[in-house]
Amino acid sequence: MSWTFLRDLLSGVNKYSTGIGRIWLAVVFIFRLLVYIVAAEHVWKEEQKEFECNVRQPGCENVCFDYFFPISQVRLWALQLIMVSTPSLLVVLHVAYREGREKRHRKKLYVSPGTMGGGLWYTYLISLMVKTGFEIGFLVLFYKLYDGFRVPYLLKCDLKPCPNTVDCFVSKPTEKTIFILFLVVTSCLCIVLNVTELSFLVLKKWQPIPVFLSGESHGQRNLAGYSP
Amino acid sequence: MDWGTLHTFVGGVNKHSTSIGKVWVTVLFVFRVMILVVAAQEVWGDEQEDFVCNTLQPGCRNVCYDHFFPVSHIRLWALQLIFVSTPALLVAMHVAYYRHEAARRFRRGETRSEFKDLEDIKRQKVRIEGSLWWTYTSSIFFRIVFEAAFMYVFYFLYNGYHLPWVLKCGIQPCPNLVDCFISRPTEKTVFTIFMISASVICMLLNVAELCYLLLKVCFRRSKRAQTQKAAPNHALKESKQNEMNELISEGGQNAITGFPS
Repeated sequence: MSWTFLRDLLSGVNKYSTGIGRIWLAVVFIFRLLVYIVAAEHVWKEEQKEFECNVRQPGCENVCFDYFFPISQVRLWALQLIMVSTPSLLVVLHVAYREGREKRHRKKLYVSPGTMGGGLWYTYLISLMVKTGFEIGFLVLFYKLYDGFRVPYLLKCDLKPCPNTVDCFVSKPTEKTIFILFLVVTSCLCIVLNVTELSFLVLKKWQPIPVFLSGESHGQRNLAGYSP
Repeated sequence: MDWGTLHTFVGGVNKHSTSIGKVWVTVLFVFRVMILVVAAQEVWGDEQEDFVCNTLQPGCRNVCYDHFFPVSHIRLWALQLIFVSTPALLVAMHVAYYRHEAARRFRRGETRSEFKDLEDIKRQKVRIEGSLWWTYTSSIFFRIVFEAAFMYVFYFLYNGYHLPWVLKCGIQPCPNLVDCFISRPTEKTVFTIFMISASVICMLLNVAELCYLLLKVCFRRSKRAQTQKAAPNHALKESKQNEMNELISEGGQNAITGFPS
């Protein structure tokens, strides 16, 4: 189980996405997942070993590190990637449900199970809203947890068992700040793409397109994407 | 999820590239990505652990390392490779859009004579003409810009492409001007020069491809002008008939070159 699992899951989502949804997927794959795996992960590799405090008191470094970094930025980044990618699976589940229904009733109920209409439109909309919610939530969490998006090179720590206020030095603070800013920028880009897609879907809602074979038009447009 | 996935993305676009473009992809993945993954990452693997300063003052090493290496070489290269590969996605999106339109027209029954079935549309190589020419040219332009920008950033951050074996550092909390020693400076310099050379080669390939595309267009325009000059009435009628045919069978092999007018 590794990131390839997530990648394979998300590749399945590609079929049922709109054009903007595919751009979002490309941004997530290349600028977030790939950058995380080939670059960001290594920056935080030895973070506790290289965290140094100007004191010889055993335990002081551990306590200070734990206080300033309750959860490592890189782990938060990984959690954010997972949480932000999974709402797209709701769409895949809904399409699978439609296909299951067609099989059960043994007749064609939909023009195509992937057509963006009826219930699938709402599922897609909800998945977009949940994705955006997670993105904003994680950004706010990042900001609150680390007092901003900058990693300082020096932290003052006076927790027990440190004998007084000691200077503690973070390793590679500039590189970490650069990658966190990269994360924030790509996150914001994804939020913009999600909001654009949301508006696009809502504005297109009232164009009549047949979804159900019974002839009933729900007024939804086929936004199933570029390739057949 | 790793460089292999990026290779799949970029390799998919390769089908629609010029020959120079295909050479560029090979150089990118063999001489840059592979070298980065199998060699460079090993060389830079222990970079902070083996960065040693001539002082016992805690924190001095961290601060000096951060000052001299704000971003590690390998991270910068990884970002450069990612940014340089992504303009190819513009071309991929354009080709996908073009195929979607072709499939839609095929389903409506407009271009049944052009393609046998939907699979044929997917398999057919799309020629670099019309709006795709602009997309392709812009992607090459952005590649050149990103390469140049990263090479400049490298030069600016590290004062050149050579790594010294000793650095002098006097930042707080270092008590005075201390000597700090980088691990494996010669090996790192060798790899830096290798990666920069590969970058330069890729940039030259991109410039060559750009010139090739521009020349192709100029050549096509002059050929058309010559044909029209040689037999104006007949050529005019024929070219108009050709254009009409192309209009009718738009999206096929002989797509109209929209831009040169």
